[in-house]
Parts: sequence; structure tokens; C-alpha cells
Amino acid sequence: MSVSAFAGSAVPGPARITVGTLHYRELNRRLKAMVDAGVEQIELRGVFGQRYIGTNLRAPVRLTVYGTPGNDLGAFMDGPSIEVFGNAQDGLGNTMNSGRIVVHGDAGDLLGMSMRGGEIYVRGNVGYRCAIHMKEYEDMRPTVVVGGTAADFFGEYMAGGRVVLLGLHLPPGAAHPGSFMGTGMHGGVIYVRGRVDRARLGTGVAVREMTDEDWPFVRQCVHEYVRLFGCGTAGAPGADAGRRGTAAGEAGSPAPSGKKILSAEEILNSPFVVLCPQALRPFAALYAART
Amino acid sequence: MKDLERAANPFGDDKILANCGIFGMMNCDGRRSGGQDIIKAMANMHDRGNGLGGGYAAYGIYPEHAEDYCLHIMFESEDARRHAEEFLHHWFQVALTEPIPTRRVAGVLQVPLLWRYFVRVPSLEAGGRPGADAGPSAGGAQPHEAPGAAGTGSEGAGGVSRPDADDYVVARVMEINTTVDGAFVFSSGRNMGVFKGVGHAEDIGEFYRLDEYDAYLWTGHSRFPTNTQAWWGGAHPFSILDWTVVHNGELSSYGANRAFLEMYGYYCSMHTDTEVLAYAVDLLMRRHQLPVQAMAAVLAAPLWQDIDRMPPQERQNHTLLRQVYGGLLMNGPFAIVVAHGGEMVGLRDRIGLRPLVAAVRGSTLYLASEEAPIRLVAPELDAVWQARGGVPVVGSLERGILEGSQPVPTSGLDRGQVARAVGMH
Repeated sequence: MSVSAFAGSAVPGPARITVGTLHYRELNRRLKAMVDAGVEQIELRGVFGQRYIGTNLRAPVRLTVYGTPGNDLGAFMDGPSIEVFGNAQDGLGNTMNSGRIVVHGDAGDLLGMSMRGGEIYVRGNVGYRCAIHMKEYEDMRPTVVVGGTAADFFGEYMAGGRVVLLGLHLPPGAAHPGSFMGTGMHGGVIYVRGRVDRARLGTGVAVREMTDEDWPFVRQCVHEYVRLFGCGTAGAPGADAGRRGTAAGEAGSPAPSGKKILSAEEILNSPFVVLCPQALRPFAALYAART
Repeated sequence: MKDLERAANPFGDDKILANCGIFGMMNCDGRRSGGQDIIKAMANMHDRGNGLGGGYAAYGIYPEHAEDYCLHIMFESEDARRHAEEFLHHWFQVALTEPIPTRRVAGVLQVPLLWRYFVRVPSLEAGGRPGADAGPSAGGAQPHEAPGAAGTGSEGAGGVSRPDADDYVVARVMEINTTVDGAFVFSSGRNMGVFKGVGHAEDIGEFYRLDEYDAYLWTGHSRFPTNTQAWWGGAHPFSILDWTVVHNGELSSYGANRAFLEMYGYYCSMHTDTEVLAYAVDLLMRRHQLPVQAMAAVLAAPLWQDIDRMPPQERQNHTLLRQVYGGLLMNGPFAIVVAHGGEMVGLRDRIGLRPLVAAVRGSTLYLASEEAPIRLVAPELDAVWQARGGVPVVGSLERGILEGSQPVPTSGLDRGQVARAVGMH
């Protein structure tokens, strides 16, 4: 590992760590020491699967990650801002409290699991059981925005928070392929752009139209998505930029040549639906008679 | 007893968040490469295991003995070795006997005796035995019926057909593993080998000197045993003939699967749930000649509610598979890499309870529990994606790389790149 903090230079740049195969415990101990010493920007180069990055840094530090960060990136995170140029693995933002994670690629299973606050933006697709059991309390209201689509059990058992699924890489007219979206949700809201196959939904979830109260938040998320990632990639057969060509160097690049680039307004100017709880306690009578 | 290592843990993270790590890499153009890459990849997933099991399967490593079955056997004692060798010499023509080369590695302890035998199946006489003059000398037990019956070979007198020879070897492996005390056959294929033991995967790889072998297909496993004991035979891969399986997860259906397989002459002796997967793929794909997609539909069957929504023919096929092979439904969370000569298959359970990442670079297919170890050995990838539950990702010397039944375009293969239909991804 090499560290260069550029201490004493006129315009302080980010501290830089070339990570390689350093063990996650050593990496996170080093990050903690740097943050405790007042470093505000840290660039991690050549990351290969180190877990729990950002977990124990209770400060508004900015981390830029190149490579493939390991499981539980930003787990329990409270304050930092992380930008990943590459794909993220499983458990991103697990029980995250505050801060922001931006992924210029795909993310794995369990993204935003039990998330309590903060924001996650993913350019591409996400895996199974993402946003499962997200929650909210008073002014703590987590946000997840996904540019592509999600595997099964998206937003399962959601108890709070807001999730936006943009479906930018789906073929025209195709429904989101994930089953059991919003199963058993009893709080929060899921905004879906593109078609939802109601037969694939689980129990406890209702589908309704967008209302005037919904649009400001969705509009804000879409504009932020386009600002972060430069574009939205239109769905066309063969268009799966979020998944293919996600080598770290390419992940943040514009849409593949020949693919239509959508503006925020074009993204917004297409059908959205809202998934929300049918009831606050969908399983109240499952194991015991209603009293 | 006080665990001093834990008490001395300077990081205070005693809670172990781990699960098995699996890895597979296949050069679908048949090019062979050494074991150093997969050892490096397994080392990157060190924290997924806990040092209680590691192992590898390598294909194409014994070209000079390509037609012989190579039996890798672990022995708990010299007596066990003597009994097993008497058995082998009775039932096979043994072309070569040698210790499996190893080197001393700090983290690999309590090593059993490790030998390998290149053997040929003699021409079968009535009853499926060579020379009917004596029974097996070891253990004195009657041999199990050979799976598929000990019929006459289709090549006629003097020759042994491949299916008959395969069945003969399966029956002898079952016999050794269930009747010869202290002897366990952990590899029995042709031109391939399984190397496994108790230790961290990267240490096991060094121990077996895998950098000295060249294979076109490698699979690897680091073990975090959950419900079963850690011992040398219980490490992955599990195998029969050249069929191998590495597995992350657990099979709550083990008892039902085992009972089903016993009807076909497979006897579980390794005290680990994954063993049934190796026998299941041998039964389905070798003996019953099912294609990969059907094998996947048996092990990770679609939910009935999905089957009900399929077009009539597809619905009928899936219903039939579940009726005939219901006993081989693998219930519980799993991600597996199955391999046999010329083919590697990645498969997740139908609701994605264990991770599996697939990636392609040139003509090489990678499968792993995480993306990072793939990047470590192949920094630039043409494609990387999460496998979908129940949808097999296949690398094949004959058919290239496929997801389900759809070809995945590969830059390094010149066999007609077909545009992928876009579904989920």
C-alpha cells in the first residue's frame, strides 16, 4: 500500500491509497486514522473486494473508489459520501444511517437492506432483495434510485423510505422481470418507470397511479440521476450498458454508440406507477386471529 | 475452553460473517493454464471461508493418461491403503500408482495419505466382474449393484463400452467408500482431478502444487462448514467420475435427495450435503442424458406459480421433470459450479439466496461468489453480470458460452456470435 496525502501543497488534492489485495481490516483502520486526522477527500485505487468500506467513518469525508469494493460497502455508514467507479457487490448500504453512495455500474444483492437514512444512486441494475426492510423515522427518510432494473423481492417488507426504479435498460414494452416486488410492504413507497406485471407481485402490495404529490420527488431524483451519470440510456434490444462493459474504466462512460440518450424530461415523460402498502399491518391475522 | 486467538483479536470483530466462496474459470477454446490464477482468486475470498476446507477440480491435467480413470484416494492408515490397493488390483488394471505430489504448507495439518491410481476397466465377464474366481479382498462385503445394471458392453466381447465402464467405476468407488475402512476415493474421472483438504483454499492449492498443473477448466471452493463436520473428505469439490460440484449454501432436502439417489446405486459417505449434488448431476446428465437446462430445471425448479403461467409445451415439460425427479429438487439456498469434461455450469437456487457472478473475457468464462476475485485475475472484462436464480450459465468446449439457452457473445471465440436476446439484463 502507498499513501500520498499531498500535505503542504497549495491546493490540497485528495489523499490516495493504492489498495490492491490489502486486507479490509488494515484498509479500514488506515481510513479511520486519516479521517481522524482531518483528511476530507480520499481516493482508493485498485480496490479488490475489501469489505465494510466507509462503515466506521463518522464524518462527511468523500471517498472515491476505483475497482470493485467488497460486500457491505457503507454498511451502518453515518455521514460519508462514496462514489464508486466500477460495480458494487452485495450488501451495499446495509443499515446505512446517513450519507450518500453513488455507483457508476451495477450493484449486487441486498442493496439498502434495512437502510435508515441517506441516499443511494446506482446507474445500472441491482440484484435480489434490494431495499428489503428499508425504514424511516421522522425526518430520517432513505432514498434509493436505480437506473436499470432489479431482481426478485425488490422492496420486500419495506417499512419506510422511497425507492425509484427507472427501467432504463429494458427493451421497449417489456415489464420489469423481477418477481415479488414490494411483497409484504407496510410502509414507504416504490416508484417504477415502465411496466409492472401485476401477476408477478407478491401479497400486501397495492399499485396506484402517480399523483401531484409524487412528482416533485421523482422529478428531483431523475434530474439528479442524469446529473450524476450524464445520461439515461434508452432501452433497445441489445442495450444493457449497465451490465455489459462494466469494466471500471468504462462504467462511467456515456451510452454505447448508437444508443439513444434520454434527457431527464424524456425519462420523466413516460409512464410511472406507484407501489405502496395495502395496509399498515398486512400480516396482522397470519398467526393470530384479529382482535 | 478459552479461545486465545479470539481474545487477542485486535480488531474486536469476533462475529464471523462468512459463507463459502466458489470460483470457476474455463477457457472455452481449450487453452490450458496453471493453477496460480485460481489460487489467487481463492485467496481474495479468504474471508468467505474459515480454514476448515478448501479444494479444486482441474480438467485436462493428465493428457498422457487421458483414457485412464484416475482415482485420487485419501487413506487414514497404511492398512487402509493396503486393503484398497488389493481391491484396486482385483477389479482394475492399474497402469500407474504414485503419491499425489504435495509440498509442506504451514496451514495444512493432519494430512492423510494421498495417492493416485491410473486404472483401466478390464473386459467384463458375466455378472460384471473381471475373473470370477474371487470376491473383493477388502472388507469382504458384496459389491453393490453397478448403477445402470452390469449389462454386456455394446462393443461386444473383449471391449468395454464407455457407459458400462463409467458405471463399473461408479460402483467400485461406492464400494470402496462404503466398505474399505479409512479409504475415501475423492476423484475418479479421466484426464481431470480433484484436490482438496482441510485448510484455507489458497493453502490447499499451494499444498497440492496446483501451479504445476495445466487445465482448461478450474473450479475452487473455500469452505465455511455450517451443519457438518470439517474433515478432508468433506471439503469440496464433491465428485463422481469427472463430475464435480462446488457449493455455497445448504441443502435442507439432503435426506430426500439421498434416499432418491440410493435407488440408483449412489451411497453417501462424505457426511456433507453437497455430496448429493455430485451424484444428482451424474445421474441426470450422464446416465439419463438430460441437457443442462433440464438438469437446472430439476435442481432449481421454477416455482409452481411460474410453471402455471408457461406456454403449454413448456409447462408440460417442467411438470414432467418435477414429477419424475421431484426427489432431486435441491431445497434451500445454494450457488454451485458444476463441471465435467468439456463443460462448466453455474447455477443459483431459484430465488437467488446465494450469490453468483458471471463474467466473460475473450473465450474465458468466470463464475464466482464475488466480482472482485474475477477482476483480480482478469482486470478487463467483456461482460460481467449476476446470474439469475435457476438460469444456468454454461461454458462449453463445443457450444461456447450460454446463459440459459441463449449464447453469450464472446470476443475470443470464432463460432458465430449470436446476438443475445435481452431479458433481465
